[in-house]
Amino acid sequence: MTQSHTFGSTPMAQTQDYSRRGEFIAGMKATIPLIVGAIPFGIVFGAVAVTGDRPLSPEAAMGMSLFVFAGSAQFIGAGLFAGGVGTALIVFTTFIVNLRHALYSASLAPYMKHLSQKWLLPLGFWLTDETYAVTIGRYTNRDRSPYKHWYHLGSAVLMYTNWQICTLIGVVAGQAVPDDAAEWGLEFAMVVTFIGIIVPLIRTRPMVVAAVVAGLSALLFNGLENQMGLMVASVLGIIAGYVAEQTLPASSQPVETAEEASHE
Amino acid sequence: MNEFWLILGMTAVTFGVRYPVLALVGQIELPEPVFRALKYVPVAVLTAIVVPAVLMPDDELAISLQNAEMIGAIVAVLVAWRTRSLLWTIVIGMAAFYAWRLLVG
Repeated sequence: MTQSHTFGSTPMAQTQDYSRRGEFIAGMKATIPLIVGAIPFGIVFGAVAVTGDRPLSPEAAMGMSLFVFAGSAQFIGAGLFAGGVGTALIVFTTFIVNLRHALYSASLAPYMKHLSQKWLLPLGFWLTDETYAVTIGRYTNRDRSPYKHWYHLGSAVLMYTNWQICTLIGVVAGQAVPDDAAEWGLEFAMVVTFIGIIVPLIRTRPMVVAAVVAGLSALLFNGLENQMGLMVASVLGIIAGYVAEQTLPASSQPVETAEEASHE
Repeated sequence: MNEFWLILGMTAVTFGVRYPVLALVGQIELPEPVFRALKYVPVAVLTAIVVPAVLMPDDELAISLQNAEMIGAIVAVLVAWRTRSLLWTIVIGMAAFYAWRLLVG
């Protein structure tokens, strides 16, 4: 495993080119594995939304992807619509499902202070789990590139474009989309990508605490409706990390990383 | 018409969750404790997404060798920890997941 350090290709490490264009392309590249995970999700959404007993019109299914642009919320929204649930309740549910985005934007905001509304409006609209995951690492990286928001833009534009294309394929194909498309395992690409992002971030004891508390809480509260479990677990993890930072005597001591270990 | 209001409402609340914090927090100075706590957002939220996806693939706790998601995730964690390489984590994690699924499926 020692030789593998030469392949240290985190999305940040690939960003050699700090120009606007270089950042934009690097942001797109870093998002590719997450695109793989989103493809079946988008196709199945389009197909499910326009089929069944009480389907959405093709325009409405496309409209959701174009204007709402929130995978889980769209699935739940289309599902509730099919079940005859009223508009107000679907809208409220959407709000609950998307609450975690407020955490993302609070986390990103300190790094985006200098940006004008021209940037904040579209980047806010395009915020997703995936783009947040690849972008926060770019913003927190120590280099002083002035164009990190172009990296963010690259990721967002690719996610958005992909989502529209996949929804369209699903809408057009409709019943021709196999029911088990969501079980081909491509969505596991998101899981391994997130793991590859999280693990290197866990370098201090409070980070370990945050991860353990968030993970266990997520299991415990998984049964809560509308992904409230995810929100509760996230907040508990954040609080736990902060409290650990304030109370652990050795909190400034990083946990040993594999890299350090291998140098010994 | 129903669909129009549905999409308008969903668009409004989704944008209403994503954008305002981004626009406002940049304008005001965050209290130091909040700023410190926000450091834990990526690890906390992404872990809270990943762990149930891996250990509860069908909404029930499945800590077993039949669970290919779990095996793939364990391999991915080990690779990420040892190599710190995102690319290798994805490639080997996916390979382990599919190989295990073939094996036990």
